[in-house]
Amino acid sequence: MMPKLVILWSDVVVIATLVLLLLYTFRVRASKNRRATWMQVVRDPAALCSAVVLVLFFAVAVVDSLHFRRALSDAPGASAQQRQAYATRTESLLDVLLARQLAGRETSYSAPLAIRAFTKDSVEVAGATERIYPRLLYGGKSLRDDAEWAGDVLQRAVLGLASGLALALVVAAAVALVLARLRADSFASAWRAIVHNQTDLPLRAALLTVLALCVVFGPLFSLAQNYHVFGTDRTGNDVFYQALKSIRTAFVIGTLSTIATLPLAVGLGLVAGYLRGWVDEVVQYLYTLLSSIPNVLLIAACVLMMQVFIDTHPDLFETGAERADVRLFLLCVILGLTGWATLCRLLRAETMKLCALDYVQAANAFGVRTGRIMTRHIFPNVVHLIIITTVLDFSALILYEAVLSYVGVGVDPSMNSFGGMINLARTEMSRDPLVWWSFAAAFTFMVTLVLAANLFADGVRDAFDPRARSFRPRLHKGAAA
Amino acid sequence: MWNYLIRRSFYGVLVLLGVNLFTFMLFFTVNTPDDMARLNIGGKRVTQEQIVKWKVERGYDKPLYWNGAAEGKKQVTDTVFWDRSVSLLALDFGRSDSTSATDIGHEIKTRMGVSLQLAVPLFLLQIVVSVAFALLLVFFKHSRIDFWGVVACVLMLSISALFYIIVGQYLFSRVFHLVPISGFESGWDAVRFLVLPVILSLLSRLGSEGRLYRAMFLEELGRDYVRTARAKGLSEPKVLFSHVLRNALIPILTSAGSYLPFVFLGSLVFESFFGIPGLGAYVIEAITGQDFAIVRSMVFVGSLIYIASYIVIDVAYTWVDPRVRLA
Repeated sequence: MMPKLVILWSDVVVIATLVLLLLYTFRVRASKNRRATWMQVVRDPAALCSAVVLVLFFAVAVVDSLHFRRALSDAPGASAQQRQAYATRTESLLDVLLARQLAGRETSYSAPLAIRAFTKDSVEVAGATERIYPRLLYGGKSLRDDAEWAGDVLQRAVLGLASGLALALVVAAAVALVLARLRADSFASAWRAIVHNQTDLPLRAALLTVLALCVVFGPLFSLAQNYHVFGTDRTGNDVFYQALKSIRTAFVIGTLSTIATLPLAVGLGLVAGYLRGWVDEVVQYLYTLLSSIPNVLLIAACVLMMQVFIDTHPDLFETGAERADVRLFLLCVILGLTGWATLCRLLRAETMKLCALDYVQAANAFGVRTGRIMTRHIFPNVVHLIIITTVLDFSALILYEAVLSYVGVGVDPSMNSFGGMINLARTEMSRDPLVWWSFAAAFTFMVTLVLAANLFADGVRDAFDPRARSFRPRLHKGAAA
Repeated sequence: MWNYLIRRSFYGVLVLLGVNLFTFMLFFTVNTPDDMARLNIGGKRVTQEQIVKWKVERGYDKPLYWNGAAEGKKQVTDTVFWDRSVSLLALDFGRSDSTSATDIGHEIKTRMGVSLQLAVPLFLLQIVVSVAFALLLVFFKHSRIDFWGVVACVLMLSISALFYIIVGQYLFSRVFHLVPISGFESGWDAVRFLVLPVILSLLSRLGSEGRLYRAMFLEELGRDYVRTARAKGLSEPKVLFSHVLRNALIPILTSAGSYLPFVFLGSLVFESFFGIPGLGAYVIEAITGQDFAIVRSMVFVGSLIYIASYIVIDVAYTWVDPRVRLA
């Protein structure tokens, strides 16, 4: 039986982002100038390494964005004409890959890699009730005896490490092979060039990043086959699974919110800067109004109103996942609609500057229509500002989500997100003995993602805005920045 | 200058009117008062009587904008818009939506004092610490200190403020028992409770601020007057402290000024984490309690403070740089 495909609003966003990125890559390849600028981005080792990390995270988000609902088997005696029933739970491809983590739900807290629960419980042992740490249902399921634990963990870790190393080697060999083909050179010399860092792109650094990722994730996935690598939370859910699921939420917020700012910011910014006069006054009034309301309050007000709407119209959503998703989608739209003022102000100023330039005046004199001047002559020359703002905002928004979730106006509590994890971790950190693993997992994943996004954004800004390049710290005087 | 101030204030009032209208439409047109009543009373089965009672108690049973049933001036004044929105302009906030129905104006007044106790030292220290850190990096530019300092900045600004708070509370309050975890007392006893939030807040913003100020200083260092100062034989510290610092005051003022509204409004996250009963915590309580009247009032107070601070910053420009003329 075919499962029913479910296309959530945010799925569309993730897939559309992927398609747009691919399309943009083709456009970049076609134009010499764009290619040169982007080559400058990837020539920066930090930017290339963080791009590798971001691609991996993005891949997780994409896999997590293909949703479906399983078909339920027909009840006996049901006629063929009866409508096929589908499970109420919406699953993603990632859920299928992590089926073990999803199914292996314990009763409460358990430490990373533990086989026994974190808290004592009354268990009946040989007829008498005893207070012991009960054995976990899924953590270390294949072990028959507690004593086997150390050996099994070691074996799995080594196995994972070995496969991680093997994967990294395969990737490195593939890269060297491609490089050899491109250079029309032997494989050995291409390999040597990479090792000695004599390639045009900082391939060595990128491959080292790949190696680091493989070394970390190899053992993680290998151990995850039998244990809860990051432990379980209060309701017994696997924390590793939650952390992986949170990546998609972060990506959707980071991308959709910035995309949602663009129509208003670009449209109004260009129009105000080019037409001036009363249009300019109105646009200025609008963004002054919007930016004079403290951001969190404005978002909170909008989100509260959205919540009232969702609560009073429960019939609009088929499943809980759909409701949570609409909430995420609307949250991003709200973030976009409340956050366009800065970019708009920037674009208005830049447009005013461009309008005074000869080529715009010439276009004007030739009788080119206003709309055409704005789209063909001005817009392409402010795109770099849009790109810089978009990538810079991405990481800021991921951080913002955590704060919003804490305030209580973030994503739906049923949806996994870094903000939600931190929120829960807050109470866990005040427990005694300390429950630290949820917090540590959220911290590690979030910092990796945000740091990668920040470093990549810096690379992009340096390439698109030459002025910013001079602020880069350098170790040696005169070394090429 | 007085001319300018009057013009700016007038524009500010215009913006405030817009904010007022916008929030009113957001709160009363997107969802009807009935929806809010249902949510606020809670529970699955909410009877119509309960809703009506809830609305009458809070005066939401009147027409929204125009009362056709009333006569004369009352047609305008006997409406929800007049009661709940126009009255804000006279700083009359009314009562909150919750069952205790406290006076919002009184709450805001007492809580703002508490917020100020946390925010004023923080605001001043933030500028001093960030500027000092940035100057240190600039002084040692192109050296290891600068390089690793910037790396540390990027790392620090990639960490959510919530992590600083949770780790800080755990370390300083639970492990070392240096300060109480949370709470507040009035008077000088408050210092004990304020030390940790101030330090953690400083740390959490040091990354972004330090890097920003470093870039500002480097930009100033590229200017002609710096070359002149060096050419006439001034030592590098002298150049940095007496020339570059003074000229960088304008961008510093712009950046620090954007935090000025929060000096009065308080920090949402820090206040609620540390149990400091300021305005930030008030907002969070209102949001979790879904008290729309408080949120509406705070939006208004927030924008009022925003507009006022930007006028103050404009005036401060003239004080920092005598060349600036407000016209």
